[in-house]
Amino acid sequence: MPVTLYDRLWDAHVVAAEADSGALLYIDRMLLHEVSSPQAFAGLRERGLRPRRAAAHLAVADHAVPTRARHPIADPQARAQVALLEANCAAAGIEYLALDDARQGIVHVIGPELGFTLPGITLVCGDSHTATHGAFGALAFGIGTSEIESVLATQVLRQQRARTLRVRIDGVLGQGVSAKDVILTLIGRIGAGGAAGFAIEYAGSTVSGMSMEARMTLCNMTIEAGARIGLIAPDDTTFAYLKGRPRAPVDAVWEAAVAYWRTLASDPVAVFDREIALDAAAIAPQVSWGTSPDQVVAVDGVVPAGAGKGALAYMGLSAGAPLAGLAIDRVFIGSCTNGRIEDLRAAAAVAQGRRVADGVTAIVVPGSGLVKRTAEAEGLRDIFIAAGFEWREPGCSLCVAMNDDRLDPGQRCASTSNRNFEGRQGIGARTHLMSPAMAAAAAVTGVITDVRAL
Amino acid sequence: MQPFHTLTGTAVPFGAENVDTDAIIPARFLKTVTRAGLGAHAFATLREDPANIFDAPQNRGAPILIAGDNFGCGSSREHAPWALADMGFRVVIAPSFADIFAGNAFKNGILLVALPQEQIDRLMEVAADQPLTVDLENQVVTTPYQDRFAFAVDPFRKDCLLNGSDEIALTEALGQDIAAFETRLASARPWVGGAAARVAA
Repeated sequence: MPVTLYDRLWDAHVVAAEADSGALLYIDRMLLHEVSSPQAFAGLRERGLRPRRAAAHLAVADHAVPTRARHPIADPQARAQVALLEANCAAAGIEYLALDDARQGIVHVIGPELGFTLPGITLVCGDSHTATHGAFGALAFGIGTSEIESVLATQVLRQQRARTLRVRIDGVLGQGVSAKDVILTLIGRIGAGGAAGFAIEYAGSTVSGMSMEARMTLCNMTIEAGARIGLIAPDDTTFAYLKGRPRAPVDAVWEAAVAYWRTLASDPVAVFDREIALDAAAIAPQVSWGTSPDQVVAVDGVVPAGAGKGALAYMGLSAGAPLAGLAIDRVFIGSCTNGRIEDLRAAAAVAQGRRVADGVTAIVVPGSGLVKRTAEAEGLRDIFIAAGFEWREPGCSLCVAMNDDRLDPGQRCASTSNRNFEGRQGIGARTHLMSPAMAAAAAVTGVITDVRAL
Repeated sequence: MQPFHTLTGTAVPFGAENVDTDAIIPARFLKTVTRAGLGAHAFATLREDPANIFDAPQNRGAPILIAGDNFGCGSSREHAPWALADMGFRVVIAPSFADIFAGNAFKNGILLVALPQEQIDRLMEVAADQPLTVDLENQVVTTPYQDRFAFAVDPFRKDCLLNGSDEIALTEALGQDIAAFETRLASARPWVGGAAARVAA
């Protein structure tokens, strides 16, 4: 019987099938961070257990860490949380990348760049954006703290098989249009819960033509459409990205791995529970207007007529208002969605030779120390600083606003992050999600601007 | 886990759609390293309004929450069900739930009941002045007005909730199956095992 990529990955990890559609799945690898893991380690200790396979995990602090003046961390709670992660990992024999390590960064940025993320593996993390790693053809999904404890203790998780949804994207994206615009378009079309219960597979010529970083952006926001899993079949682009990465296999093992990874695709006649098609050429740069990621329109569009009163009041907008020309106070370029080197290049290309508008504060937060180092070597830092952007240390920063990077009430932010929920970037903060090029365009003009016309 | 059989009590007719876990517990409260005490900060933004539904005298400590579609979307933070449980909630009734939240709620002994919107509307109406009864064994929600709404529940989760059983303890019994899988994995996909170091031939 023909099977989908999702089914193939699922079947390869079943330890014990159950009567219904559930199964105990083996978990190959887990990423750990400071916010979702403390109670899991405590639970393990209460049970008198040690991690079953310490070498399967990699830990790093990202969520609550400051992006400047972080040695030591001033916030006592964040400092204690990071110290506890380090202590928990030391006691358990789990590798931990310290704050002063060049490899420190956002879990979903460092996993791929270190080659910890590989095709065909199951990978979990106590973070919903774990969907990112599906870009490599890994069965990757976000979990809660109790499930972290389960994985530490047993290396398996009981899961329900998801239904399958294929999103086919064909054609060529226009100038100034990116993977961020593709995923925002999809979320806008199917809704924030539109893919709940499904595992998405992204396919089509647009996806095949994307770089790994663009694919990660696409898979990253799968959760904003309600699906925990977003997959792309691995191909030569995937293998070229991984070859030579620090934790990628080498020599004969690499060859054997690639031979296996080439089998990881949906059969041509596989039947999906649902199919959606998007025309890449028809996608314009997107901007969210509301307080849910599905409240999004093209930059040349207006706030829709049926918009909810609560969202409009919170955002200080009215139905029919154009998005372009809306004045912004802050700009955030970074996050696990758009904090990679290609994102910074796209933003720097817009910033070069221009200045951040008066009254606007713009920060660039590289997704990892390695991204930061690369950007500095390429001269991107100099471009940003010359243009008046602030250049920060890596972390989740203004995407989750757990550190001191946050907006004041009523401030409006052009943000490359993934969530525009009420209060997400600070109490009363107004978030407009968009691509790195669009956020840079907003920074240099002081208003939401169609980067294609800049 | 505390076993769950049948519960009769006040239901808070909240009704909001797409309630994200940032709304249930804002990120600024996630710097804690324990599970305890998060109820005080649950729905923090909403509860800044003194007239909010959660702090209304009749709703304080209510065990049932009625919400709209896609409840618990967004971040995977288990702090959300910890906060709900700490407020006293043992049941959430909504048309649908976000996948990660659903797993987290179950692990904390919270029963999620998915019902069609028209039945939710009816329960919202009844809950204004009458208690609801949620019977897990028979998978039915009833009201004092003889409403009777059947719901589906994953058999494994139902069993765990009825018995108060713990998933890790259940899984530990499968230690041999897990070890056998690991042995197969080591020979079939040797590059997977050594995550912490570069894998050579």
